[in-house]
Amino acid sequence: MTGGRQRALWILFLLAPAAITMSVFVVYPLVAAFRFSFYTFNGLRVADFVGLENFIDVLARPPYRAATFAALWHNVIVFLALLIVQNGVAYLIAYALLKALPGHRIHQVIVFLPVVLSAVIVGFLWKLFYHPLFGVVNQALLLVGVNGPPWLGDADTALGSIIFVNAWHWLGFPALIFLAGMQRIPLETMEAARLDGANDAVLLTRIIWPLVAPSATIVFILTFIGSFNWFELPYIMAGLSGAPGGATDVLGLYFYRTAFGTVSSGLQDFGHGSALAVLMFLFIAAFSAVALRVLRRREIEL
Amino acid sequence: MKQSILRGTLLSSLALFGAAMAAAPARAGEITFWTWRQEDRAAYTELFNAFTKANPDIHVKFESFAPENYNTIMSTALAGGRGGDVLQSRAYGGLEQVAKAGYLLPLDPATVPELANFPAEALSAETLRADKKVYAIPFASQTLGIFVNNDVFAKAGVKPPETWDQLIAVSKTLKEKGITPIANGTATAWMDEVFAGIFTNPMLGPDFVADILAGKATFEDKRYTAALAKLLELRDYMPQGQTGIDYPTAQQLFLSGRAAMFAGGSFEISNFRKQNPKINMDFIAPPAPTEGAPRYVAKFYDGGYAVNAKSPNQADAVKLVRYMGTKEYGDKFAALLGNISPIKGVVLEDPLLAKVAKLNEVSMPYIMAVYFRYETPTGSELIQNGVQKMMGGTVSPEQVGIDVTQGISRYNAAFQKK
Repeated sequence: MTGGRQRALWILFLLAPAAITMSVFVVYPLVAAFRFSFYTFNGLRVADFVGLENFIDVLARPPYRAATFAALWHNVIVFLALLIVQNGVAYLIAYALLKALPGHRIHQVIVFLPVVLSAVIVGFLWKLFYHPLFGVVNQALLLVGVNGPPWLGDADTALGSIIFVNAWHWLGFPALIFLAGMQRIPLETMEAARLDGANDAVLLTRIIWPLVAPSATIVFILTFIGSFNWFELPYIMAGLSGAPGGATDVLGLYFYRTAFGTVSSGLQDFGHGSALAVLMFLFIAAFSAVALRVLRRREIEL
Repeated sequence: MKQSILRGTLLSSLALFGAAMAAAPARAGEITFWTWRQEDRAAYTELFNAFTKANPDIHVKFESFAPENYNTIMSTALAGGRGGDVLQSRAYGGLEQVAKAGYLLPLDPATVPELANFPAEALSAETLRADKKVYAIPFASQTLGIFVNNDVFAKAGVKPPETWDQLIAVSKTLKEKGITPIANGTATAWMDEVFAGIFTNPMLGPDFVADILAGKATFEDKRYTAALAKLLELRDYMPQGQTGIDYPTAQQLFLSGRAAMFAGGSFEISNFRKQNPKINMDFIAPPAPTEGAPRYVAKFYDGGYAVNAKSPNQADAVKLVRYMGTKEYGDKFAALLGNISPIKGVVLEDPLLAKVAKLNEVSMPYIMAVYFRYETPTGSELIQNGVQKMMGGTVSPEQVGIDVTQGISRYNAAFQKK
């Protein structure tokens, strides 16, 4: 008996550091944000309980509604673009690496290298690359006689430019996951397909794709969460206002602006900010749960 | 958004730790001063030493925090009953957020007679609208105008423009000689408000501001949209790809002499000199719409020094704030920090600062910051967004006027009827 109790105490003791850290830095803030989202603020002090008013404001009333949905729409664009471009290219690269062509090891490192850089460094670096006067992108274009646009300043190119940087930065990660998935496919399966006359295209779409379904699930879910929590790159490259004129505004920036304000334009409003954060959390959690369930169903065991 | 919540909480907890650390070693007779101006440490140390000389039993400890998180850190600490004894605070809406919550000590002319050393408009920047009480001693006024690189102008054989037509003519000449006439771009949102504020002010005049405040006009007014439309003429004389040129780039273009003019605030003076001590620059008022018309500069107050309402060393803190309202402090402040102290009778020995003070005689309020930065959406965020889009060519000046008016009408009843 005492042995069992001692064991339980010991386990409790070992779990305590992690449990305390989690509760203080993750659970408590989440609960606090939930609480704040039901209150108005008098300046910076919690004032009145207003029920769901803050939620209704950010979803249905001006001036919040337009900004919320514009930001959400940008998140959707980011998600779809990353899903198709970033992960699509990653899938092809993974296949190329799988073929173990000469030099594939060094390429594996090169592809993965940007992933280890911090988003802050990548953001600043590419902000310089895109610079209309000194940036290498436009100077390279000038060599072939093209006058490049101010990538981050033009409302038509700004969001796409930042998405491209994100893809450049993260490409190696899905590539590695796909590669690991492909390496788990038994060699005889691939050989059998080859003997039946499958070329690369058939192999990629009919044989490998269904067999790397578990990898695809992970990549899909991570891309989804990453796209809807997108903050660092647009913050560094476009600023809190989602320059130019909100063309790169995403939910992360809008939440931050609303809750914490900006030095020279916005005010702090924890009530509406928390409501936005809670909605984002619920949306991401719910969608991820459903997507996970659906995607798991298409995974097959060999 | 878990990450961002986490970030916010980390910041707040850091702030609390900071506050706890700050509170712990407070020796008897030591008070702390909180600011977002880390770069001013040396100057403040000198100012506080002068204070301690007069008050040998009070020592002031300088503590600074990152500007973009300063309000969050300060408010978190204040909410927990901690924070510095004397707090550098913002003005207008930025002050109101902190003062409204009751965190700051109202300053009474009876206990702080130095309030009489300030002009009324400086005090109004630090006054809570609800109770009409002053909550901070103003520290600086800022003026928005145009920086001119004298050497570049001389080399190109042109003179600083006095009217709008001269501005265009001078810019044309500069451009032909391969010099970017105006350094500003539009990629940094807050600079768009500065840019628009500078060039539109002389076209609007104080009558327009009076009409806005009286509810007789909105930002859809022809005077306002016509002034915004004039900004579009400047696009040809801004750097190539101006929509992608951010604030630091614009500064560097001006400092390196690649650009001849920089539309900005007097707060740049000391920073510009630090970065390029050899620069031969002048600060001029924006061009007049017609020859001989007044050239209004835009003016606003930066912030003030407030006393923490829960400070255990309140008497000492009030003493420091009173000192910060004296002419002696103002003289030193202006000389050390290169900013204009609003204290009456302050002597500005720096010729450029003296020039700015002279320009202030023909000034107008920086409209959005002074009157429409109290509620969401602030006039500032609306105009910043609007001008950025307009200069990028995606909306018309009329549409900017409509958007700004509509946004502000949410809390300004006078705009709703129109």
